[in-house]
Amino acid sequence: MNFAQDSNIWLVIWALGLGTFGLRFLFLGLVGDRKMPVWVLRHLRYTAVGLLPGLIAPMVLWPDATGGMLDWPRLIAAIVTLAVGYKTKNIFAAILLGGICLYTIGQMV
Amino acid sequence: MSIPEPSGFFIQGVLNGAPHSLVIGPFGFLFGVVATEAGLSIFETLSFSVLVVAGAAQLTALELMQDNTPTVIVILSALALNLRMALYSASLTPHLGTARFWQRAAVAYSLVDQSYATSILQYENNPEMTMPQKLTFFFGVAASVIPVWYLLTFLGALVGQSIPTDIPLDFATPLTFIALLAPLLRSLPHILAALASVIAGLLFHTMPYNLGIMLAGVIGMSVGAWSEQREFGEHHR
Repeated sequence: MNFAQDSNIWLVIWALGLGTFGLRFLFLGLVGDRKMPVWVLRHLRYTAVGLLPGLIAPMVLWPDATGGMLDWPRLIAAIVTLAVGYKTKNIFAAILLGGICLYTIGQMV
Repeated sequence: MSIPEPSGFFIQGVLNGAPHSLVIGPFGFLFGVVATEAGLSIFETLSFSVLVVAGAAQLTALELMQDNTPTVIVILSALALNLRMALYSASLTPHLGTARFWQRAAVAYSLVDQSYATSILQYENNPEMTMPQKLTFFFGVAASVIPVWYLLTFLGALVGQSIPTDIPLDFATPLTFIALLAPLLRSLPHILAALASVIAGLLFHTMPYNLGIMLAGVIGMSVGAWSEQREFGEHHR
């Protein structure tokens, strides 16, 4: 498993670093203050809510840590976090209660 | 309600970002542990976190490198996971696009899931904020999460194997995102966009190079925009 001798590690680090910066800078840097069409802005209002659920849904139902098997403590913690976050709009309370749920249920099963 | 001074927005950004450092911290720590266990030196591990600043992509790259994946595939896969950063960049452009070039470069460097989500939430809830106020707020958030990312990567690399295994750190990221998204589900278009994204994310989960996440994002955004236009008409906002 040891690849520390492999000089490719620095190639990966620099390529990922520059590539990721490029992606982050793409619109902010190149588009700048140019006016964007209404339909683009309308789509952009839904970037967070359109992208993040698709990213996390598989992590909730099929966690890598359990080899992709449904895990009740994780699923219940996710539901608790969603409910608390929706009800209170308090991000910190939602994460905390979800985390406590995950830990305590995880200890019980 | 009085309008706070610009420095007030910096402090507000620091405070709003602070809860995320509790999540970014363990994630950085986790990366530090995993990377050094995989054979990276402390310097390589820290360089990784400072230059890339994207935990999920870094862990993906590490995992693939250990599977003897061709370097090109390692880089492309991890970058594919970061394609969402381009969407974040696009999403912030209407708010910060008029800032100076170096300021936009600094924003780009510190554009991570947490700084993006915290800032866009603030901008959407406070449309009266000016560009300099928005910029100051963003740098406040970045100042509270980015140094924590460096520091905890370093500590994780130092501590190595001594982390207790009964704490499921892998689930910190999904919980944070759920907590961030829940308050956003305030209108029908937002709810439909999230639902469409979940369904697409699950359906396309097995697509290579995490392309399913991008597809889910495009579908979720399209459903949100379509629903908004249907509900509020062509020239809403």
